[in-house]
Amino acid sequence: MMRYLKLFFIILFIFPCFALAQDKPLRITITDGVAEPLPLAIPKFLSEVIAVKEVAKNISFLVSEDLTKTGLFRIIPDDAHISKITNFKALLLYSDWKAINAQGLISGAVTITKLKNRDCEDPRGCLVVKYKLFDIFSENIISAKAVFSEPGDWRSIAHKIADDIYFHLTGEIGYFNSKIAFISESGMKNERLKRLALMDYDGANVEFLTDQSDIVLTPKFSPDGSHLIYTSFKLGMPQVYIMNLRTKKADVLDERIQMSFSPEFSPDGNSIVMSVVNDANTDLYIVDINSGIRRRLTSGPAIETSPSFSPDGSKIVYESDRSGTQQLYVLPLGVGEGRRISFGGGSYGTPVWSPNGDLIAFTKKSGRRFHIGVMRTDGSEERLLTSSFLDEAPTWSPNGRVIMFFRNKAGSRGSSSVFSIDISGRNLRKIVTPNSGSDPSWSPLLN
Amino acid sequence: MSMRLKYLLLLIIVIGVTACDQDDLLNGNFSSSNDVNSSILNETEDYFIEKIGDVVLFEVDNSGLTALAKLTLDKQADWLSLNIGYQVLIEGHADEQGTRDYNLALGARRAQIVKEYLISRGVDPSNISIVTYGKERPIENCSAEVCWSQNRRAVTVVNALSKG
Repeated sequence: MMRYLKLFFIILFIFPCFALAQDKPLRITITDGVAEPLPLAIPKFLSEVIAVKEVAKNISFLVSEDLTKTGLFRIIPDDAHISKITNFKALLLYSDWKAINAQGLISGAVTITKLKNRDCEDPRGCLVVKYKLFDIFSENIISAKAVFSEPGDWRSIAHKIADDIYFHLTGEIGYFNSKIAFISESGMKNERLKRLALMDYDGANVEFLTDQSDIVLTPKFSPDGSHLIYTSFKLGMPQVYIMNLRTKKADVLDERIQMSFSPEFSPDGNSIVMSVVNDANTDLYIVDINSGIRRRLTSGPAIETSPSFSPDGSKIVYESDRSGTQQLYVLPLGVGEGRRISFGGGSYGTPVWSPNGDLIAFTKKSGRRFHIGVMRTDGSEERLLTSSFLDEAPTWSPNGRVIMFFRNKAGSRGSSSVFSIDISGRNLRKIVTPNSGSDPSWSPLLN
Repeated sequence: MSMRLKYLLLLIIVIGVTACDQDDLLNGNFSSSNDVNSSILNETEDYFIEKIGDVVLFEVDNSGLTALAKLTLDKQADWLSLNIGYQVLIEGHADEQGTRDYNLALGARRAQIVKEYLISRGVDPSNISIVTYGKERPIENCSAEVCWSQNRRAVTVVNALSKG
């Protein structure tokens, strides 16, 4: 699968000199304030061969869905369109689209063909999608590209196109062509079965990586998306494992350590920071993956767990109960001690540094309610985004705009589901999966 | 009093106490005489679970041993001292009202505190190990204190050592 993902790169620019300079470029600025969604027209993509008629429709539908779900865009329904696109190369009748107040338009054409320089496994060749993004009011083409993949991977193509459009309209990288590692759950709470699994960011293409014989917990992607680290009870106790996603082979990280959990990669992918149990004490250790050399980062009788690196790799944020309750601390690596940053009352756990480095997402328990929240890295400007019986374990989208977490319902039949929410606190969405799901980890953007 | 005399006195006391313990156990001189009597005869894991009690419970977000927990652990320690052919695994558990990572650490802390208490009561440390399940293995499913109080627990699992 990863090999196919690598195939997704742009093969040609159809219009090498499209206008870059505009008086007022088509652009939506993402702010915390309530913004009016930008109206876009996405007519059904054209199929150039009959075999891809359905796929062409599906791709344009999924691009629309990706963009709509951000809350930043509104899709003008097809039956409101005045003119139809029947030829991908024909000039656009801008006036027809201005009349329905479309700010942008995406047209596309889909075919299956054998490519000169690329092999696809399908005997018919590769699925090729050409698309153009128009700025209707300045009458410019903002982006025009062709992308290809195995015919079966049309969802990834659609996500890739949506990422490109999101980038051109917001100025930020997207998050649609990405994966979520998570724990797929089934059964009652007292006999719950757990499997390590992968899915697309929207819940499609669930792929199981372990069977249900062992408890597995808290997977995390490596920074390049090639490996997962997670905790498994395979040998009867919680231990950190590392899985190569290409071979699906998993190894225990350090068999000499009896109990370890809560692993997280360093930004360079060379080290893992995790919790190790020493008698009644749980401390943080950093392990060099290649040499196996490990170094203790915290000591003392308190519980230290849930570490997460700053994007520059110089600090970690983690939780400790050394004050008597779980609170968040920031530790500069190599020098000094952890400094407490959470003072908002209640207890705090599972801190995760944002990809842009400016925020820390966390789980907060206040009374009998759990919240997902964000704060600045010095603990200021705390904002709670969610509230429920049990919300836990935030993970950041590659661009730092969206957070996924899991919500566990109360009661005997209470199951878990993965949700996403914008860091503005709006746009709460449940990710629909075949089984219950928990412990999400968002991959980097896959190219 | 000379040192020698002191030691002699100490020795007599120790022998006396030990003998007394043994006599009491063998003759059923304890108030709960039946239990203790059968503990010698019943060297089974089922007996340990049902008659001694394999579970101790904890307060919310706490790993301190309650008076009731200590009472149970005293009985466990007595049984384990008499039935030495057992491997002991202490499982530490937490209720669902906490994050996964923290509850794993809390379960480990509870298990270790039970282990240390049993060792302090004379159980052979070389046969005791611990594991934490955090909030992964509740026994009760409801989301209320009546269930949570049963899930905040340490379970002493005994397994006969393989002979040979």
